[in-house]
Amino acid sequence: MKSLLAQQHILSNTSEQMQLLEDIVEGASIPSFKEKLYMLGFSPLRASGIEIFQVNVGKMCNQTCKHCHVDAGPDRKEIMTKGTMELCLSALKNSTIGTVDLTGGAPELNPNFRWFVEECVKLGKKVIDRCNLTIIYANKKYHDLPEFFAAHRVEVVSSLPFYNADRTDRQRGEGVFDISVKALQRLNSIGYGMKGSGLVLNLVYNPTGAFLSSSQEVLAAQFRKVLVEEFGIHFNNLYAITNMPISRFLEFLLRSGNYESYMEKLVNAFNPAAVSGVMCRNTISIGWDGYLYDCDFNQMLDLKISNGNPMHVRDFNTQFLNDREIILSQHCYGCTAGAGSSCGGEVVKVA
Amino acid sequence: MNPYYNAEDLKKFGNISEYDKPLAEKFFSWYGDVFAEGALTAREKSLIALAVSHAVQCPYCIDAYSEDTMAKGCTEEQMMEAVHVAAAIRGGASLVHATQMMNKVKELTM
Repeated sequence: MKSLLAQQHILSNTSEQMQLLEDIVEGASIPSFKEKLYMLGFSPLRASGIEIFQVNVGKMCNQTCKHCHVDAGPDRKEIMTKGTMELCLSALKNSTIGTVDLTGGAPELNPNFRWFVEECVKLGKKVIDRCNLTIIYANKKYHDLPEFFAAHRVEVVSSLPFYNADRTDRQRGEGVFDISVKALQRLNSIGYGMKGSGLVLNLVYNPTGAFLSSSQEVLAAQFRKVLVEEFGIHFNNLYAITNMPISRFLEFLLRSGNYESYMEKLVNAFNPAAVSGVMCRNTISIGWDGYLYDCDFNQMLDLKISNGNPMHVRDFNTQFLNDREIILSQHCYGCTAGAGSSCGGEVVKVA
Repeated sequence: MNPYYNAEDLKKFGNISEYDKPLAEKFFSWYGDVFAEGALTAREKSLIALAVSHAVQCPYCIDAYSEDTMAKGCTEEQMMEAVHVAAAIRGGASLVHATQMMNKVKELTM
């Protein structure tokens, strides 16, 4: 499967996506997210400091998942340069930010991935790698990634949308489940996800279609039961993350006739209690080219943080960024639905 | 527009309170409690609901609980097995009446 960009699909244009998201406000009974927050007294939504420095090191990926908000794939060539990574390290050096969260694409495909992890660790930062699992077996040179992760105490966060091959492969590609199982077993074998090892292995669940996630706790129990019984796999936490109505998932929603009803589901599930915990409030997102965003989703919609001009990591200004106003649009309903959704899963406990 | 079983009507379920608010409120409150985690998990209850939806042949309920069971992490296999349970009970409920028929036949014949 090719990326939307390689297909020259109209939705590879971010302004087309923004237009679609805005049109639904005018055409249907979907209230504006900004207005919704205003009515509830949450406006303007501001950052509450920066705890997580999330770096998208490139859009290249060995997979082409059907729901990918990055439109990542083997045909994407956008990769963060070592120079931009050095700018990230300078920004980190002068800040009290504790966590560096690496995402992509497949972050490990960036030729300077390991160097960047090592440098972040030298600065005393905790590093999270959003690993798609199959990369470990994509090429011999990635086979020792689990040992590399362990040596640097990297927290591994891996997508596994379901505990069987059928639904996983339908979202992530033929054969992905089997390789993911093999990779998880490998990570377990060196201590990841195992009690007392201190090596953290978290899984990410994304619904495999136009429905919202149920309780993270209920899903985690089910995943744990099946993965242990059938494959002997252990993990620490399962994060349930809502699919955002952007990029490839938006394309799926439109193609399957689910767009309007999915937006209605997100709006009907709006939970005011989730607003204060949304990830954009404690995260800064850095694009492959160094520009700054409130989150990885805003990054993919090209909604840059601006301080008069679009902000670049070379101009990293903690004082301004700590209290910046978050840029909002209709996709933000995805993070406030139900128990809320962030890169760390639910943001509130649901009774 | 087809006046029967419009999928859009499911969204209007809450509107039943328009004609009798106190009873509707009691129903929805009870309904919520029924499906909460208890001696049975919410997931098990959702599968029961899916099976019953087929037994009572309610398209609104089938839509609602197909989505709910998927959201609660059920597989297609589990969902279909639940529907077969409903179908088996429905089929069995007809067939078990064959004993009545057999009784009558035996009563009437030499």
